[in-house]
Amino acid sequence: MTGEAAPPLATSREGGRLTVALAGDWRVDAVGRHAPALAAVAPGGARAVEFDLRGLGALDTAGAWLIHRAAARLREAGCRVRIVRAAPDHAALIDLVGRNDRTRAPRPARPGPIVAIVARTGAATIEIGLIAARMIAFLGLATIAALRVLGHPRRMRWIALVSHMERAGLDALPIVGLISLLIGLVLAYQGAEHLQRFGAQVFVVNLVGISVLREIGILLTAIVVAGRSGSAFTAAIGSMKVREEIDAMRTLGLDPIEVLVLPRVIALVLTLPLLTFLADMLGLVGGGLMVWAELDITPDQYIERLGEAIPIWSFWVGMIKAPIFAFLIAMVGCFEGLAVAGSAESVGRHTTKAVVEAIFLVIVVDAALSVLFSYLGI
Amino acid sequence: MAKSGNRADERAPVIRVRGLVNRFGAQVVHDGLDLDVWAGEVLGVVGGSGSGKSVLLRTIVGLNRPAAGTIEVMGHDIPRAGAAERRAIERRWGVLFQDGALFSSLTVAQNVMVPLREHARVGAELAEELDAIKIAMVGLPPEAADKYPSELSGGMRKRAGLARALALDPEILFLDEPTAGLDPVGAAAFDDLIGELQRRLRLTVFMVTHDLDSLWAICDRIAVLADKKLLVVGPMETILDFDHPWVRAYFHGPRGRAAQRS
Repeated sequence: MTGEAAPPLATSREGGRLTVALAGDWRVDAVGRHAPALAAVAPGGARAVEFDLRGLGALDTAGAWLIHRAAARLREAGCRVRIVRAAPDHAALIDLVGRNDRTRAPRPARPGPIVAIVARTGAATIEIGLIAARMIAFLGLATIAALRVLGHPRRMRWIALVSHMERAGLDALPIVGLISLLIGLVLAYQGAEHLQRFGAQVFVVNLVGISVLREIGILLTAIVVAGRSGSAFTAAIGSMKVREEIDAMRTLGLDPIEVLVLPRVIALVLTLPLLTFLADMLGLVGGGLMVWAELDITPDQYIERLGEAIPIWSFWVGMIKAPIFAFLIAMVGCFEGLAVAGSAESVGRHTTKAVVEAIFLVIVVDAALSVLFSYLGI
Repeated sequence: MAKSGNRADERAPVIRVRGLVNRFGAQVVHDGLDLDVWAGEVLGVVGGSGSGKSVLLRTIVGLNRPAAGTIEVMGHDIPRAGAAERRAIERRWGVLFQDGALFSSLTVAQNVMVPLREHARVGAELAEELDAIKIAMVGLPPEAADKYPSELSGGMRKRAGLARALALDPEILFLDEPTAGLDPVGAAAFDDLIGELQRRLRLTVFMVTHDLDSLWAICDRIAVLADKKLLVVGPMETILDFDHPWVRAYFHGPRGRAAQRS
């Protein structure tokens, strides 16, 4: 740091001339302090202003910009402004900054808040329509690819299929099993506590059996799989999209739907029912353990009671939903992956969307199926 | 601009690398590499693919921890610097990565603003003005300021990355293949831009490149990496006279001769 002795800015008047002497370092870390003093310099009747840069130490673009801005302001106020005794480097830098001054050409004005809200609402509405159209188109493309592969089974990517089955199915066994066991325990415990008041504790078995088999087993499994595998599908396909791998596939005559989407969808449709079966069984085991501990219903009695109270259809109602939900989760995951555009941030945004949309669709379809089953009297 | 290496006696180098060893598993990238970069010069670093040019750059800026050796930048020992010391040095250099490495969730203007916000105590208004100046200096049109990186072409992303690297008026500018992926006209314009900014802002430039035209146009000295070491360093004339198969093939091959003629 040089020139600490002299004040960074000193003004003196002589007749109609104002001299502004700058000293010390005018760099980005100091200009915040110097800026107000320079901005306060007023012509005060002076016709000519001189910036004397003899004592200037280090100068960078931030300092040069401040000097340039002050000079431009005084020029606009009608003064003749000269920059004198500047080192060649400093003069060149002020000149460089001056040439890049864009304050005269302001950035295009942004629309007002009300216009912005209307525009955003309109854009979002159009976007929803476009997404619906694209989803239907995607469903069509996937169907065509599936039929083509069905005609030529050799085109199926068996290795990819098995690998996705392992990752989406086998690797999910521990987490799905543990959650189902715990939910079975909790359900039986809560049920026992309330039904005991009416002396109806035996019906805990009905409660656990019906709710686990019909709804909880499949819903829990679908939600865990949507979070685990649906998001993984989107992230994997999305990253490939960002790195132009999908485009490369197309130019090599490979159909991305056939190569990437079909194995994932089929893998999930095959494994989700198996995961659901595991969830059902462990949910029942959890309930059984709890009624054994709380109500002294032995495992033998529990199984017998389950057999009497629960129609076999309850089990099938849960299982039938599994491939439908698997199809939804995998299709949404792949669709969002292919919708990724441009940046790494887009991958994250679409991954979130995939999980939310998949869970939403699963629950909506579950509700619709409940209505259907009640019409059918199942 | 001194073009010779005989300033070694006059003062300490800005970047001083001694006995650098870099290893990834069993693969040795650098084995006892020494290099000096002097204040105010443009050093071009060349070498075949996989010769460790980018690794050298990453090691100097502290992104890669060397297995052995010392690296001093402006007198600070980079691998052994504490957090506060690192922050102090980092604001005195700017790095332009190969594809700009802009933050994809921020607009160009916000990208350039990041270092100003983080390191410099300037008011919001002044920061915005400096932001606009830097964007204008690298030759981007005003409307590019509000665009996101994914909406820009490769060349514009590089210019935006350069604007971010220059935001705090660094003393050293690190460039990783600044002209790679640009068309020849765009590459020449980028060379001119770097050359002008370097002269006006008195930058020291450490540039990894493949581009023979850049080497001829703006580099004061050229460092050739080969065989895990610094093979030769010096002005273009020294390199042209150097007898090594790779150096000859590179500088006297058809592309090298074409660049020489232009």
